[in-house]
Amino acid sequence: MSLELKQITKTVGADTHIYPTSLTLERGSFNTLLGTTLAGKTTLMQLMAGLEKPASGEIWFDGKNVTGTPVQQRNVSMVYQQFINYPNMSVFDNIASPLRVSRTDRSEIEKRVNEIAELLKIEQLLDRRPSELSGGQQQRTAMARALVKDSDLILLDEPLANLDFKLREELRDELPKLFAERNCVVVYATTEPSEALQFAGKTAALHEGRVSQFGPTGDIYRQPNDLTSARVFSEPPINVAHVSKTGAWFSLTEQTKWRAPKAMAKLADGPYTIGIRPHHVSPTMHVKGAVPIEGTVQVAELSGSESIIHFDAHGSSWVSLSHGVHPLRAGEPATLYADIARCLYFDADQQLIVA
Amino acid sequence: MNKTVNQKAWLFVLPVLVLVAFNAIIPLMTVVNYSVQETFGNNVFSWAGIIWFEEVLTSQRFHASLGRQLFFTFTILAIEVPLGVIIALAMPRKGIWVSVCLVLMAMPLLIPWNVVGAIWNIFALPQIGMLGNLLNGMGIDYNFTRQPGDAWATLIAMDVWHWTSLVVLLAYAGLVSIPEAYYQAAKIDGASSWAIFRYIQLPKMKRVLTIAILLRFMDSFNIYTEPFVLTGGGPGNSTTLLSIDLVKVALGQFDLGPAAAMSLVYFLVILLLSWVFYTLMMRDEEQ
Repeated sequence: MSLELKQITKTVGADTHIYPTSLTLERGSFNTLLGTTLAGKTTLMQLMAGLEKPASGEIWFDGKNVTGTPVQQRNVSMVYQQFINYPNMSVFDNIASPLRVSRTDRSEIEKRVNEIAELLKIEQLLDRRPSELSGGQQQRTAMARALVKDSDLILLDEPLANLDFKLREELRDELPKLFAERNCVVVYATTEPSEALQFAGKTAALHEGRVSQFGPTGDIYRQPNDLTSARVFSEPPINVAHVSKTGAWFSLTEQTKWRAPKAMAKLADGPYTIGIRPHHVSPTMHVKGAVPIEGTVQVAELSGSESIIHFDAHGSSWVSLSHGVHPLRAGEPATLYADIARCLYFDADQQLIVA
Repeated sequence: MNKTVNQKAWLFVLPVLVLVAFNAIIPLMTVVNYSVQETFGNNVFSWAGIIWFEEVLTSQRFHASLGRQLFFTFTILAIEVPLGVIIALAMPRKGIWVSVCLVLMAMPLLIPWNVVGAIWNIFALPQIGMLGNLLNGMGIDYNFTRQPGDAWATLIAMDVWHWTSLVVLLAYAGLVSIPEAYYQAAKIDGASSWAIFRYIQLPKMKRVLTIAILLRFMDSFNIYTEPFVLTGGGPGNSTTLLSIDLVKVALGQFDLGPAAAMSLVYFLVILLLSWVFYTLMMRDEEQ
């Protein structure tokens, strides 16, 4: 019982938007599509929904080939980044619209709309028009419309991106509960790794039209297959540095060296790539064995309890994300400490070297 | 806020004030002035009170012109607005044909108004005009210079040809500003194309259509050049619209008082009807 994409591709003119992609999404699961803008999240969702036809490959749902089936004949709901509601219908009529098209009973419509409105906390607003609502309320209405029918597939395309911070947090907390009881496939597209982590479930890391990795969210975060997945799953961006191994030692520069961890000790000498997440780099000696990196501060951003420091060391740029306020100024020389025990090692093909 | 700053601000408004004074306020006040005075030439004026207004408002001639004007305006609105929306819906949304269509649509709007009148006059002449000749050749007795019905049909056809493009361009601008996601959402719901028009396209076009209707209403109520060149108000008085009648009174007979009173009534009618239109169309929005 699932949605299966089998080697689907999408091309528009000479451009390839989706390279051959295979994914199996189970009913009752929460799946996050994580990727930057233009990674192909929306295109992939449109293919799943049947709004677009794949250039090649097949889409199966519950064991049936639905590749050519138009969206009206599939049981799909979608929520968009923009708040899409019918402008001159009341909130009630908006939510009821998918049920009316499928000719549901009047009393049944009333019951279902009220239930779903209560779940989304908009039961007070049913008589209003979308233009009289705040952005958050408009998006709640759009979500209610998507949830009111028993869809097999619910697609959410960056639904929180246009909301301000507080409303976003609020809705984000409620979201998993809304889908908990449903036996449908939920797909949620986002550009923010933190959202994927918060929803848990499974994540597909998407980069330039390819799924670089798909699996339980925590696993991808801790053990990305390759550098691409690691990059997709890090905000601020993961620090990438080229190092070389000689005997038992890895070295970044002549002075910056550290002893190879046990698991890496048997690797052949030569060039490797390491990735260290910004929160493992700090302006203070925060853990034992942290490796000092000397360079120049480029930008120091303070956001409440956190400091983000952009740093230039020997021509490559580093980002540090640390707690507390650190008195660093742009242009000043400084030393950052990288918690080298937490770093990820990649081989020449940018594949993760697993211990 | 200290006073010098405020006084400087007036300097910035001054150019506009001067401009508006010379092209709107002063001419309007001159007309108001004429409308309450009597003159026998030689620049001698005497107070006349409201007799000119009484004369205009009770004159059968004014009522007839106003009636023709209202008939003309509502007929062309009833044709141009739906036709404009239909053409806008049929126009392509992307690709090279967009610019081709837009240029073709903009063409009639670029032609000077008196030229439009002249083109249609020649086009419709019964003997030598393409349209007139064709119609007569088909056995239809068509002569817009003699038969009032033909004159009206030609007048309305000319206005539809000239101005439907404006509605098309505005409606098209409204249509292309609707995000693709709305159509997708409707498709997912399984909405019919009528439902898409009724619940997405029409509400989203409402504002531009309001502007289109107001513009077409005001412009058509003021129309002078084209009917003057085409029919000159004839045959007889059958196509004498308000503005043509007004020019006859003011310049033909040089009755400054009645002409001024008529202008003001004319102006107030347009103002009133525009306000009514606007209020009606925006009523939902303000609820």
